[in-house]
Amino acid sequence: MPLLLSEEQQLLQDATRGFLADKAPVSELRKLRDSADATGYSTELWGEMAEMGWAGILVPEEHGGLGFGAVGAGIVMEEMGRTLTASPMLSTAIVGASLIARGGSDAQKAEFLPKIAAGELTTALAVDEGPHHGPCRTSLAAEPSGNGFKLTGDKSFVVDGHVADRLAVAARTSGEAGETDGISLFLVDREADGVTVERTIMVDSRNAARINFNAVQVSGDDILGAIDAGFEVLDGALDLGRACLAAELTGVARESFERTVGYLKERQQFGTAIGAFQSLQHRAAHVYSEIELARSITLKALQAIDAGDPAAARLASTAKAKVGAVARLATNEAVQMYGGIGMTDEFDIGFFMKRARVADELYGDGRFHADRFAELSAY
Amino acid sequence: MTDALAHDQTDDLAGFRRDARRWLEENCPPAMRTPSAGEADIVWGGRNAQFGSEDQKIWMERMAVRGWTVPTWPREYGGGGLSKAEGKALQQEMKALGCRNPLYSFGIHMLGPALLKYGNETQKKKYLPEIVRGEIRWCQGYSEPGAGSDLASLKTRAEDKGDHYLVNGQKVWTSYADKSDWIFCLVRTDFDAPKHNGISFLLIDMESPGVSTKPIKLISGRSPFCETFFDDVKVPKENLVGEAGRGWDIAKYLLTHEREMIGGMGFGLAAGTDAADFAKETVGADGDRVADPILRAEIAALEIDAAAFAATMERIRDEAKAGQGTGAASSMLKYYGTELNKRRQELLMRIAGADGLEWEGERSNDGAMPRSWLRSRANSIEGGTSEIQLNIIAKRILELPGQ
Repeated sequence: MPLLLSEEQQLLQDATRGFLADKAPVSELRKLRDSADATGYSTELWGEMAEMGWAGILVPEEHGGLGFGAVGAGIVMEEMGRTLTASPMLSTAIVGASLIARGGSDAQKAEFLPKIAAGELTTALAVDEGPHHGPCRTSLAAEPSGNGFKLTGDKSFVVDGHVADRLAVAARTSGEAGETDGISLFLVDREADGVTVERTIMVDSRNAARINFNAVQVSGDDILGAIDAGFEVLDGALDLGRACLAAELTGVARESFERTVGYLKERQQFGTAIGAFQSLQHRAAHVYSEIELARSITLKALQAIDAGDPAAARLASTAKAKVGAVARLATNEAVQMYGGIGMTDEFDIGFFMKRARVADELYGDGRFHADRFAELSAY
Repeated sequence: MTDALAHDQTDDLAGFRRDARRWLEENCPPAMRTPSAGEADIVWGGRNAQFGSEDQKIWMERMAVRGWTVPTWPREYGGGGLSKAEGKALQQEMKALGCRNPLYSFGIHMLGPALLKYGNETQKKKYLPEIVRGEIRWCQGYSEPGAGSDLASLKTRAEDKGDHYLVNGQKVWTSYADKSDWIFCLVRTDFDAPKHNGISFLLIDMESPGVSTKPIKLISGRSPFCETFFDDVKVPKENLVGEAGRGWDIAKYLLTHEREMIGGMGFGLAAGTDAADFAKETVGADGDRVADPILRAEIAALEIDAAAFAATMERIRDEAKAGQGTGAASSMLKYYGTELNKRRQELLMRIAGADGLEWEGERSNDGAMPRSWLRSRANSIEGGTSEIQLNIIAKRILELPGQ
């Protein structure tokens, strides 16, 4: 398959770009922050995005979605990276839909997927328990109780966890933290007894949550996939999330770089545009080259996921590690090249650097993914 | 209608592929289906062609007769006359059988494309078939002691003497000048014009009186480059390619071609030594893992960049095929690919440790590793330095202002 967008995918990109430029420019994120919005994103806008089909972009057509695949989801995420749009796209439409589509029973799929596609239900993945990503280190305990389990433990960095209708919780049903076997997935109502949610507003003005589960009773119907064998479903959904985050980070990097190049042409010092100075030209040309690599490896990973390529996991890690680093480079260089004005809150460029930092950390930073890349390459 | 046509072409291509495979199986000597043993074991052709074996000679000649040393050049100039698709099919069949490249040549990759675009009919008829048959070995005379990155400031003079040019000056970094038969050369024919406008593209027989060469010994201990001197060399006027004073256009065309070739060679994706396997040998393995965690992390960081670069070459090739793409991409590929290759060579040296420092003797294959590391330092200098590539990206792609 050529490493290009198809005609249909290009149309999606154009439509997405137009919609976001109109409805969700960076100023919308600023508004949400400044008004201390309780949700952290516009539910009205999410409704409109659902009408555009984005909430169901990964949901199969039989369940009311578009079935556009990972490349389609990546296109939307890259454009959202350009506009820093806050929405449940990642938590619900990508990771949540993927967990249910991969691990759910027929009944669960029939119940949840159409609601996700319609924008009527949001989900949040509760996986990490410490400051660093590590799905196999899951230790939140799930102990048999009645016809189901009781969940006890803590989760953190649960994106959209303060508002999501359902929490997808990774829990340990056997084995030790560090083992992939023995992890099971549960769908838990956020308002269930024993669930305590602390909203954590992050540096990028987006939302996550720390969640305490205190002997939360779940039934057999709430199990997602097979007991003790949840890791594969989890890791597959995470890889999709990772590749889509790489796409978002590509958008963050491209937009902040394009804005910076524009500024280099405009800002006058020493009687000339500062973009005429070779010290800045070479750094800009280097960032350009790195962004070219980011674009390529992201599309490669997304295509591999759609194709069911056995190399997809390694490519998702390659993309997440590479693009995270590129986005941090691009946004740091942006602030430096903007100079003093880049340090001001009034100016938007800082938002890009903040988002790059959070998205780089989410579902594994460069260190996590370089290690996983080496492991999957048998060294 | 379109479908039927496409079907026919597919059928033709499949037929061509079958025939090509059969011919290769019958004509490629078994010894030419093994990888060559390095730089000394490849065929460059020329008047003083050196063949490591009779099979090398037979293989080159058999391929040349069919024009398959340069499969896609027109038949009238000695080439194979194959379409792009057929050329690719031939390449794939050769790869499948493990056939060696029968002929290495700057004539094929550099002068040839320039003559096809800018040469007159007489020149094409004279020079191209010789290149296809491997009879003439060409070298490139661009850089001068005072004209490196600022190539257009070159000073080698070609004075118009009526029926001939009288050439005086010096070239440097001429690859294999001491082994070549002819040189394609940038010379100054107009001494008053602005520097880019006074340059012409001239073909010079290295056997002409007044031409001499002197190899330059590099830090690797090898001498792939020469200085080339022109002392009152008479060059017939008919050896001028294109118009006098328009040589810079040809030079730029060729430099782009060269960059694409260097970038497209997949520098940094070097086949051969697998860094991780090599590290398991030198620092040991802990299960599957490279035992030294810092080395392991460095290898992973490099291979992640290499994978992203490979995907970029793939994307840019696909964009070009689809008629998208920017054209200036070759500068980015040249810049990134050569820097990546230098990083890889540095890393391999670190992995090798003291074993990588032996300079002579059989155990180290005459210091193959340190010599390769040292040679790679030139990757970001030759064919336009990294800094020149960054200038081109800044100017042509980012459209940043000049100073």
